[in-house]
Amino acid sequence: MTNELTAAAKPVAPQTVWTEEVHWLDRIPRSVAMLLLLCIFIAVWQAVYSLRLISHIIMPSPMETVVDIITVATNLLTGDYMLRALWITTQEVLAGFVIAVVLGFSLGLLVGETAFGERAVLPYLVGINAAPKVAFAPLFVSWLGFGIASKVALAAFVAIFPVIVGTAAGIHAADQNSRMLFRTMGATRWQALIKLKLPYGMPHFFGGLKNAAVLVVVGAVVGEFLGGGKGFGELIRMAASMINTPRVFALILFLSLLGLGTFWIVIQLQRKLIFWHKETVADEMFE
Amino acid sequence: MMTTGTAQSPLPAGLSGRPVVYELRGVSKTYKRRNVHALEKIDLRLTEGSFWGIIGSSGCGKSTLLKIMSGLLSPSEGSVVLSGKPVTGPRRDIGMMFQQPTLFPWRTSIENVVLPIEIRDGKEAARAKHDAGRALLELVGLKGFEQVYPNELSGGMAQRVAICRMLITEPTVLLLDEPFSALDELSRDFMDMELQRICKELNATAFLVTHSIPEAVILSDVVSVMSPRPGRIGATVTIDLPRPRTLDMMTEPRFGALVREIRGLLDKGAFL
Repeated sequence: MTNELTAAAKPVAPQTVWTEEVHWLDRIPRSVAMLLLLCIFIAVWQAVYSLRLISHIIMPSPMETVVDIITVATNLLTGDYMLRALWITTQEVLAGFVIAVVLGFSLGLLVGETAFGERAVLPYLVGINAAPKVAFAPLFVSWLGFGIASKVALAAFVAIFPVIVGTAAGIHAADQNSRMLFRTMGATRWQALIKLKLPYGMPHFFGGLKNAAVLVVVGAVVGEFLGGGKGFGELIRMAASMINTPRVFALILFLSLLGLGTFWIVIQLQRKLIFWHKETVADEMFE
Repeated sequence: MMTTGTAQSPLPAGLSGRPVVYELRGVSKTYKRRNVHALEKIDLRLTEGSFWGIIGSSGCGKSTLLKIMSGLLSPSEGSVVLSGKPVTGPRRDIGMMFQQPTLFPWRTSIENVVLPIEIRDGKEAARAKHDAGRALLELVGLKGFEQVYPNELSGGMAQRVAICRMLITEPTVLLLDEPFSALDELSRDFMDMELQRICKELNATAFLVTHSIPEAVILSDVVSVMSPRPGRIGATVTIDLPRPRTLDMMTEPRFGALVREIRGLLDKGAFL
């Protein structure tokens, strides 16, 4: 009966196949879209240069900048003085990052897990965090000298706060039921921390690490601007004082790669450790 | 059908022959600091292999009652005794289940199931319990899902893993805090039947708190009504539907009559 009905209805049924509308901009693949945007940017830049809207002394052409990027890249690849400067800055960044992570994690634990930490330590941390941290740079120089130590200290100091906040927030991330379940299972405080709170807190912790990975480069370079030394920041400062703008652009580009590198390390670690957590947009960039 | 007024003798006919497993006498709870009278003279006697359902609106003090029963809170007054021993803290012979599956996403199903063993006896003991865990997963129909992470499980499957985790320590009593109320209606009916089968197979003693009168009726031997401020156990209704219960029973007149009776009790007591 039903078969007959559908059979009878078949010839009259109109086709309702239709195309959903997608904007043509959304159809462009990511690599092409990125390249397109870069081309537009360079075209505008070239236009500003050709029309002399800004003095050529402080605004080089895209071509001049590319040439200088190649110069800097060659210098880095042949292991010349720029590579030595980059290595110094890299050391500062890595040392500062490790210190920020270890100290920040410990302080985050203290603030997140203990009532004493939350009541007594947290207000001071909030206060210090509100202060402009790079203003401490001269102090670090007078305490630790013009060498690498004062830059490491500033880098760690700038980067530590996101780690503290991430760790402390992470410890509070586990939901009420999970905590109650652990208590009914007779878990000790240590077990609850290791098997419940820290794993649940990992996404927050890594959120802090990602911020820290970027900030630590800021700290190291500002340290070099204000405290001298032989790092990449010093090269930038010198190039800028000689109004060698293409060189400044080129150096900043390679410095950004350093920040991107630390960020990449954090993302790789995160994927290994918290495979169970949904990936964010920033993570996808590195796929 | 038998209805007692206030629960002075909270052991209805039909259950009196079996030994008492879990007993609460005159349990009251007052939160001094907030000046809240959460529970007032609760008397409960769970006999071996019986299923006790409690119906109560939100804020009737059932979380407090469950916390006291699971040894997470001390009563202000009264005695709580499980298998002849007073409950003065969390115990392994108490199994607990919540509205949410509360599985840990970084652990596979089997690792979630043996977690209570790992917490109490260490990793070695937990590994030794993997076979028992697998058997439990098979019991709830999750054979082959041992190595699957929770984010790949449906809501009902996740709750079944939670059931296994509750059962791995072979608890004497199961405390069920609205265990299936986050599931859709169809899964919920199905899980109710699963729960009945598991309880029968293990001769488990269960205490269920729920908002759903039909769920309480289809699962329980006895249903009590809880009223708020202060929380107390009001009328108790014996469910005389034959076992095993089936979902078809929900359309029978007797089932409807029991639901109506309990709803009537709620209307009188719970929302005043």
